[in-house]
Amino acid sequence: MSVVADVNVRTSDVLTVRGLTVTVRDKTLVSDVDLSVGPGERVGLIGESGSGKSLTALSVLGLLPEDVTASGSVRLTGVDHELIGADERRMSRVRGRRLAMVFQEPMTALNPTMRIGDQIAEAMLIHGTRPGRGAARAAAVELLERVQLPPDTLRAYPHQLSGGQRQRVVLALALANDPALLICDEPTTALDVTVQALVLDLIVKGVVARAAALLFITHDLAVVATVCERVLVMYGGRVVESGPVGEVFTRPRHRYTEGLLAASDLETTQRRLTTIPGNVPPAGQFPSGCVFRTRCRHATEVCATTPPWTGSETTGFACHHPAEAVDD
Amino acid sequence: MIIRLIERTAVLLVSLVVSSVLVFAFMAVLPGDPARVALGVNASDEAVAELRRQFGLGRPLPTQYFDWLGGLLRGDFGTSYVSKAEIGPQVFDRFQVTLWLVLAGMVIALVVAAPAGTVMAARHRKVSGLALSAISQLGVAVPAFLAGILLIMLFAVKLGWLPANGWTPPAQDPGMFVRQLILPALSLGLVQGAVLTRYVRSAVLDVLREDYLRTARAKGLRPFPALWRHGIRNAAVPVVTVLGLQLATLLIGAVVVERVFVIPGLGSLLLDGVSNRDLLLVQDVVMVLVVAVLVVNFLVDLLYVALDPRLRVGSR
Ligand SMILES: Nc1ncnc2c1ncn2[C@@H]1O[C@H](COP(=O)(O)OP(=O)(O)O)[C@@H](O)[C@H]1O
Ligand code: SF4
Ligand SMILES: [Mg+2]
Repeated sequence: MSVVADVNVRTSDVLTVRGLTVTVRDKTLVSDVDLSVGPGERVGLIGESGSGKSLTALSVLGLLPEDVTASGSVRLTGVDHELIGADERRMSRVRGRRLAMVFQEPMTALNPTMRIGDQIAEAMLIHGTRPGRGAARAAAVELLERVQLPPDTLRAYPHQLSGGQRQRVVLALALANDPALLICDEPTTALDVTVQALVLDLIVKGVVARAAALLFITHDLAVVATVCERVLVMYGGRVVESGPVGEVFTRPRHRYTEGLLAASDLETTQRRLTTIPGNVPPAGQFPSGCVFRTRCRHATEVCATTPPWTGSETTGFACHHPAEAVDD
Repeated sequence: MIIRLIERTAVLLVSLVVSSVLVFAFMAVLPGDPARVALGVNASDEAVAELRRQFGLGRPLPTQYFDWLGGLLRGDFGTSYVSKAEIGPQVFDRFQVTLWLVLAGMVIALVVAAPAGTVMAARHRKVSGLALSAISQLGVAVPAFLAGILLIMLFAVKLGWLPANGWTPPAQDPGMFVRQLILPALSLGLVQGAVLTRYVRSAVLDVLREDYLRTARAKGLRPFPALWRHGIRNAAVPVVTVLGLQLATLLIGAVVVERVFVIPGLGSLLLDGVSNRDLLLVQDVVMVLVVAVLVVNFLVDLLYVALDPRLRVGSR
């Protein structure tokens, strides 16, 4: 989405992604994504599975799988170099220090042969943010306390903890160095419904306490509504709509967003049990023009051309036949 | 942990008993009278009868078995039917020689396999990884004795750097001991190393795909430190299993390599016993080899527990 005239260019953003494109061999998995996260802002990234959300996050972190490559620009506040294509030496100083990530699968995210305390302390020792082992361990106890885990968790091994507890450990070590930005990729998807609320609450409390920004990836709209202030909707490797959560969820403009909302039980007023017809195509097989046009009820011939971005980067959409803007 | 220890110990004891029965039974069902075998076809009937009486070979087999087993447990390996010498001291001496050889071979195998396998995994898409892969493929195909002969030809005959054969106890002349150990240990170790490399490679490849390694990277560790701190211990579990299993192969390999390098180890003793038709000696040596393999596999099982806390049931 090339922003032709972004009226309110934000200068103090924590994360600025411009024209991010991710490819694997000849396939394009993510196309031309622009995204910004302001200081302390909590931004959601939503879309069905296979939309390119995780790849976007991994590109920012510089941890894409082998043979997957990213191009474009990723800048992070306080880091004086471009993150895309930065060498390991530089990136390793950014990761875990200014930029941290919580992954989807807590059961496998921790080293099974290392005690929890050592894994948390390591996060601080790598970057020298605590003077020594003792200080790092003391800090680890405090971090555990903040995610409501008892101090003796320090001596436990991952297999002795439940999925929810492990995810809280991952959160604790992600926040250990007070990063400027925390990225969470479906952090509660693999968890029991009963513990999801607690983990979400701890994530929000954690970033708020540190005035850190949050990029929160999920396909669960209800979760976005409780956690985030602003939301970006992704489909087919593109951002198709963005705006404040309240606005996008009550007055979606892009037809994909509209379908997504109709399919979720968030939109109870509509009382229609619809899902978006058809399936997300496999990577590289999205149509040209509007990526959604093979599933869109409103598609016309003009949709075979790429719809231009309407609005600003923070609030806008890319659709030839948008839903009516409802005037208040 | 305790339960596992008891369980493993029980398994070890049962396998020891079963294998002792098998070894004894195998020797017992061999055609021919052991006394006649020992003395040769030309011996007189009186001499055979005398030997049978002397060693109690006429007694029922179960009695002979328990006698033999009881002796082994007391460290008494019996007396050779052929040389009439005590077997125990010989086995003990020779066992130490073979132990040195096998240990040195194992160390060489590990020293080769651990870095080579890791580099092959980390660079599996790069030329260096593929080249190492090809070399190890070649190594796997070479039998230990052939490697030994090639090494002798190169380093002993052609270059004259190392002795071609022989054995000196370490206490007698440590320098000579090492010089004579190098070539046989290499011919044992390099081949095993090539095999082990492939297991290390696949273990490290598996670990590289693990989520916790990505977590380690996300913390700010660079690829090799991440692999070192978080991957090695996890990759070690399957490698240790293979190493335990390889010990049996190494012992068999040692039998042959001892021949090639004229080393007075258990392997040479075994082959001497066979050619002298010294049945009790053969039976004792085979039993010692079996016990060595079983005990090592028992130790490997315990090592898992040290490596992988998930196996320590009820620890917290
Ligand atoms: N290493 C890879 N090689 C090829 N295709 C990939 C790879 N990783 C992800 N993809 C494809 O890219 C698309 C987007 O993946 P992803 O970012 O994980 O989606 P999301 O997180 O939104 O569910 C999917 O169709 C996925 O199959
Ligand atoms: S651009 Fe056309 S196909 Fe795409 S969402 Fe809008 S109406 Fe549907
Ligand atoms: Mg994903």
